[in-house]
Amino acid sequence: MVPPPIRRIELEAEPTVVAPSTPETRNGGHSSVGLAAPRRRPQRAAAGIERMRTDELSVAYGGKPAVIEVTLPVRKGEVLALIGPSGCGKTTLLRSLNRLTELTATASMTGSITLDGEDIHAQEVTSLRRRVSMVFQQPNPFPMSVFDNVAYALREQGNRHPRREELRPQVEEALQRAGLWEEVADDLSHPALRLSGGQQQRLCIARALAVRPEVLLLDEPCSALDPRSTQTIEELIIKLRDELAVVIVTHNLQQAYRIADFVGFMYLGELVEYGQADEVFGAPRAKRTKDYISGGFG
Amino acid sequence: MEAATVTRAAPAPATGSGWRRIDRIFVGLCWASGITLCLIAGSLVLFMLFKGLQYVSLDLLTTHPVADLDQSKTGGFLDPLIGTVILAVLGTLIALPLGVGAAVWLTEYGRPSWLARSVESGIEMVAGTPSIVLAIFGLLLFSQQFLSFLSFTAEGNAVFGRSFFAAGAMMSLIALPLIFGATRSALQAIPGHVREASYALGKTKAATIRRVLLPMSREGVATGTALGMGRIAGDTAIVVILLGATLRLQGVGDAPVIGTLRGTGSTLTSYVYNNSPAGEGNAPDKAYAAAFVLLMVVIALNFGIDLITSRRARHS
Repeated sequence: MVPPPIRRIELEAEPTVVAPSTPETRNGGHSSVGLAAPRRRPQRAAAGIERMRTDELSVAYGGKPAVIEVTLPVRKGEVLALIGPSGCGKTTLLRSLNRLTELTATASMTGSITLDGEDIHAQEVTSLRRRVSMVFQQPNPFPMSVFDNVAYALREQGNRHPRREELRPQVEEALQRAGLWEEVADDLSHPALRLSGGQQQRLCIARALAVRPEVLLLDEPCSALDPRSTQTIEELIIKLRDELAVVIVTHNLQQAYRIADFVGFMYLGELVEYGQADEVFGAPRAKRTKDYISGGFG
Repeated sequence: MEAATVTRAAPAPATGSGWRRIDRIFVGLCWASGITLCLIAGSLVLFMLFKGLQYVSLDLLTTHPVADLDQSKTGGFLDPLIGTVILAVLGTLIALPLGVGAAVWLTEYGRPSWLARSVESGIEMVAGTPSIVLAIFGLLLFSQQFLSFLSFTAEGNAVFGRSFFAAGAMMSLIALPLIFGATRSALQAIPGHVREASYALGKTKAATIRRVLLPMSREGVATGTALGMGRIAGDTAIVVILLGATLRLQGVGDAPVIGTLRGTGSTLTSYVYNNSPAGEGNAPDKAYAAAFVLLMVVIALNFGIDLITSRRARHS
């Protein structure tokens, strides 16, 4: 494959960036968080248990490759951030982890993805997606009450009314884990679409958590939110890290820096660099990573 | 021209005083066409109100029609009124599941694509077929032996082919494209990530359709249904040809509901036609009154469906 054309960037100093610089206009900006913002999380020592793994994974849409031979581990107890310019394949990689790429008729895949050592394509897709749950870029609660949104995933297929009281503890727990319980506890029958954008997104996280997934996929979960809601959700992600494996796709390098333990940098479908967040941001090995995180292209 | 455009269009005040002439003309035309439409609709309703209220009375709504040469002895139009309601309900009951089902299949599955395309053009063709053609086709169809249970069979085994069942089935074809179209646009308006959110929670396609997509497109379905019911209530050709247009409801057999549905009758439209100066009944006063009632029935249908949807949508 022809090496991708990279715009050369004039570097003022050594590219040992302390923190990435993103244009303030993107993702609403984080004026309260400076360039050298402290990382909110404590450093983690040992790597967690490996839950998912992609092996030489390639995904193509109608013959056009989107993800090329990516090998990547997803471990419990850590946040893995996928970064890279638009169209680099990071969202496709994320979507292939719970087989959402299958919804695109033209998508084809080679390589393997395993969950706890078992090929995900050998599992039933509905049960896989309960174990590997996903939150999307746009907050998209269903047009029902807060309670029904969270209970939606818990209810059996098509079954409309299992006993409400039976589901209540699980709904409450999911809302608590998503940090939304205090705000909605008074009125669980409140229409979900009347919540604020940040609350809606936390409701979507609660909905995804309700089925007790083992892996949580987040596709730019904060890009439609204001800085304050973004902060709430970031704190939430860091808290969730202890219980499950989190994979987040983000355009916001500062966000990746703040919350990720491991970072994968993707470019034109390839995984260019993967490593501990400090290493990738502090001393990137690849030239392309260096250019990207110092605010070069994309 | 270019220079003038630039200087004149420079500030864009909300008042419109600084707009280009062509813009102002266009805005004026838009206003004019809007107002004209309002005037036409308003004068129609006013005319019907004036003419109808002059003749309409509660008696007319509650007495059976009678054939008589003297206009004062021809009774009311209870039977046509009931006929309109039966036919609208029957036609909608058939068209609603078909239309919604076809729309769901086309937007959510739509495979193989050649079949999807044929379904689409098939429905478009039905939409474009004049109702009198549907009526003649229906008469041929329902006169077949194997469909004799839907209408009345004369001596010598000739199937009459005219009944509420037959008319309702053909009427459903009139409502079907409207329900189909409105449901399809409502489904298409739902962003893809909402579907994916449901699939990502481990839900099947069927569960997603039932619990998320159909509730979200409720308003579109209701709009299509209201339009379809209005069209059914307003159609005359199918009534005259397929319902027999008998003055009174004439049931078949003893079964109370089924008998009526197998039998013939008339609707307000055929009643209006018969009693207009062009028809054989020639009781124009009653035609005006019936036309007024018909208009009210259609408006009430629309209003009722609006009410049902907005009440159920309030919770979402």
